[in-house]
Amino acid sequence: MKKGKRTEKERRQRWRGLLVPLLAIVTALIISGLLIIVTDFDVHDAFTHIPMEIVDRVEYSWEEVSLEEALEHHAAQVEIGDRVRVDGRWRTVVETIDNPERQLTLDEAREIYPELAVGVMVHFNFWQRPMVGFAAAWESVASAYAALFEGSIGSPVQMVRALIAAIGGDSSQLGRAFYPLTESLVTATPYILTGLAVALGFKAGLFNIGAEGQYFVGGLLGVFVGYSLKGLPMIVHLPLTLLAGMVGGAIWGAIPGLLKAKTGAHEVINTIMMNYIAFALADWLLNGPMQRPDDFRPISAEIQPSAFLPQFFASPIRLHLGFILALLVAAAVYWLLFKTTVGFELRTVGTNPHAARYAGMNLTWNYVLAMALSGGLAGLAAMNDICGVIHYMPNAFSAGYGFDAIALALLGRSHPVGVVLAALLFGILRAGASRMQSVAQIPIDIISILQAMIIIFIAAPEIIRALYRLRDKPDAELAPTKG
Amino acid sequence: MAPILELRGITKRFPGVIANDQIDLTLNEGEILALLGENGAGKTTLMNILYGLYDPDEGEIMIRGEAAQIDGPQDAISQGIGMVHQHFMLVPPLTVAENVILGNEPIQRGLFLDRKLAAKRIREISDTYGLDVDPEALVRTLPVGVQQRVEIIKVLYRSADILILDEPTAVLTPQEVDDLFEVIQTLVDAGKSIIFITHKLKEVLALADRITVLRRGKVVGSTTPADSDEEDLAAMMVGREVSLVVEKAPAQPEGVVLDVKGLSILDDRHSPAVNGIDLQVRSGEILGVAGVQGNGQTELVEALTGLRSATNGAFTIAGEAMTKASPREITEAGVAHVPEDRQADGLALDFPISDNMVLNTYYVPPYAKGIVLQDDVIRENAERLVREFDVRTPGIDLPAANLSGGNQQKVIVAREFNRDIKLLIASQPTRGLDVGSIEYIHKRIVERRDQGVGVLLVSSELDEITQLADRIVVMFKGRIMATVDAAAVTREQLGLLMAGVEVVELSAVTGA
Repeated sequence: MKKGKRTEKERRQRWRGLLVPLLAIVTALIISGLLIIVTDFDVHDAFTHIPMEIVDRVEYSWEEVSLEEALEHHAAQVEIGDRVRVDGRWRTVVETIDNPERQLTLDEAREIYPELAVGVMVHFNFWQRPMVGFAAAWESVASAYAALFEGSIGSPVQMVRALIAAIGGDSSQLGRAFYPLTESLVTATPYILTGLAVALGFKAGLFNIGAEGQYFVGGLLGVFVGYSLKGLPMIVHLPLTLLAGMVGGAIWGAIPGLLKAKTGAHEVINTIMMNYIAFALADWLLNGPMQRPDDFRPISAEIQPSAFLPQFFASPIRLHLGFILALLVAAAVYWLLFKTTVGFELRTVGTNPHAARYAGMNLTWNYVLAMALSGGLAGLAAMNDICGVIHYMPNAFSAGYGFDAIALALLGRSHPVGVVLAALLFGILRAGASRMQSVAQIPIDIISILQAMIIIFIAAPEIIRALYRLRDKPDAELAPTKG
Repeated sequence: MAPILELRGITKRFPGVIANDQIDLTLNEGEILALLGENGAGKTTLMNILYGLYDPDEGEIMIRGEAAQIDGPQDAISQGIGMVHQHFMLVPPLTVAENVILGNEPIQRGLFLDRKLAAKRIREISDTYGLDVDPEALVRTLPVGVQQRVEIIKVLYRSADILILDEPTAVLTPQEVDDLFEVIQTLVDAGKSIIFITHKLKEVLALADRITVLRRGKVVGSTTPADSDEEDLAAMMVGREVSLVVEKAPAQPEGVVLDVKGLSILDDRHSPAVNGIDLQVRSGEILGVAGVQGNGQTELVEALTGLRSATNGAFTIAGEAMTKASPREITEAGVAHVPEDRQADGLALDFPISDNMVLNTYYVPPYAKGIVLQDDVIRENAERLVREFDVRTPGIDLPAANLSGGNQQKVIVAREFNRDIKLLIASQPTRGLDVGSIEYIHKRIVERRDQGVGVLLVSSELDEITQLADRIVVMFKGRIMATVDAAAVTREQLGLLMAGVEVVELSAVTGA
């Protein structure tokens, strides 16, 4: 009896591991949708003033109203406070006019409208025609999310058409049709690498808030190698540049690791402080020794083409080798964590440092190693952007990857596969956000709110469990063993 | 007259587990009811229901013949039910009086604490029940036994008639246990009713009026001390015949494997925990270290396993100086360590059983080639050990956290015994385990001794020490009070030594 129970429980737990993030995303999308609705003026209008034209016979029931019905809602005579349409503008009937653009007197109005008649427009509100409001709300959310989808994945119709054309020998449409998707992958790449950086730290029980700083220092060292070494073949120069970025990040990460192991200083504080030092360092170097010659901007020189990560397709598609590299790195991190003694030690230190010490593991070494690996991954993320996309290092370099990475690691449950999926999600959201803004006029900040909500729901899964009545509480499971 | 407390058909289900299954229980006024059961039998769940911490899924609670609804500890207290928890809920820097009134402070003129009134009432309670507690004393200065009486006063201060004592003797010396029993007897004489939760058979027989035995969430029987003995009770608890006596041949000690000379160790607060002790463990013998918890045993074991550095003195393991060695070096020298706190130190609870089985050998062949873990070998190893050591689990991929305490301990023992060892350092190897698991682990330890392993057994359970050890050292305040021959010493003599009383007339004392 006991056997069946445990395996079933295990299965349930595994299922729940997937269920909660999924529900978190869905819930965040729903709440963001509501937010889009309540902030959309069109929807607001559709709830309060639904203009209805009076016609003889109702053909289209949402937009038109019969005279009979209109008379039920409106007095036969126009009254003060009514809104009537004069010269193509909606005007309110008042006693004294102080806004001639919007108002007209009752007398004037009665001259024009002695009675309501066919062709006049009257206003209904939400309670009289709820479907209009709902339709507008749906329209608002649907157009926003459709724009998000098309901006990040692409239009399915276009994609199919382009594919059919390509089979027929005309590949000219492919680029346009698949541009949004590739752009999402480009955006996701640094997220994958920084997310892995933070996740690896988590696995070793370390909260690396410093991925941002490690990203900067990695970028500085890497870009230096990238532009200063000339005449090397790509096969040497590119790996060397990437490696330099990793080394820069690794050094920046190892310092707080060492401080923690040797002095007990908490890595959260120290990585945050190291961030500030990194930003200041970048500021100084890019305004001084590393500034591009003959340029007033705080940017570095462009790296040698031999250090470029090759792009797969013709411009404007920017998808480059870095994406594949990131996936390979994710696989390598998985292998290291779960298939090697190194990872075994890191994970043991992370889950129970006392047991790790008991088992003869060296905590100092593991803390330093974990932070160095973490920093190295963050540095590689920087090199991905430099070698793959922009080819130089600007002062305002990162888009907050190092901080979003914390959320990614949480979202991906610190597992390499989870992190890759979470990073793809973030890449999609980020890439789609701009189209959502231009097409559906939804502010880009909605995406930040959406991301924030996903993270809150992941970090506090109790909310999701309560919302969806997922009853299985972990503490209740533990209770009987104390009996 | 209706019983003061009656539980009828109480059922509590947790996902996948029935913690309490149709439990009926009756407590008469002025009675001591012992609730006996192994870990996981549902004792604590049942009491938590009674104390309002859980809602039962079925069944009803009757207090003085009337159906009662208990919605939380405050509600339980107001209905006269008080609980003394196994782990004290006291604030050490506060006085006894402050601890007692915490959450129920007598207020003077709407704002000020009425300490005098509190102290007066506490003194009254203390005198009435012979508790002998000074309300002005700081809790942190009190011995554990007295702290427990403070807990009892807390309950009495809130006018409880029904007292639930959850494993109250786990932290006490034998003398303190006797004192506690006297207190309980006084309480009962004054009309209080007691539920006494335990898995210790001797105590049940000494104290209880009636005994109710739980097994796997069900009441398996009720009896009285007059109608039963230890064997009966153990069989009821475990569901099969259990041997309570460890069967072992006389020790055949040979060469010294552990030689400790003048070892001094500091505790976490940098005050001396162990003061220049000497001891020797020879191969093929079990040296028991007796003593009430907190007298330096923990620090001693940590120092001997490389987890804590000694300030003075030295020790050798199999002739090699190991005073400054790392935990790994000591492990590799052939030392197995069953740690005191299995969950904090001995296991990575989130890890599957298979990984825990190689927690300190993961890096050596055949478990690893270079840095690559050999999953197949690790899994086979775990499958074999789970079979060999009878770990009750549906599979080796289950996280260690999901095992019961006894099975967790078996995982540790299996892992530590799965190497070629010269010395076994076992600290509280059976703490909190049920009778069946204790029997099993004891057998394995004796088996190892007979194979020529030296065993250092640290335990605060007197029964365990007397039954298992060949020689016994008693530790008190970081010193060794005496080294005695296990066969010749009585429980009473050990109890006195554990309390720091020099027992000069001991014939069994072989050196101090």
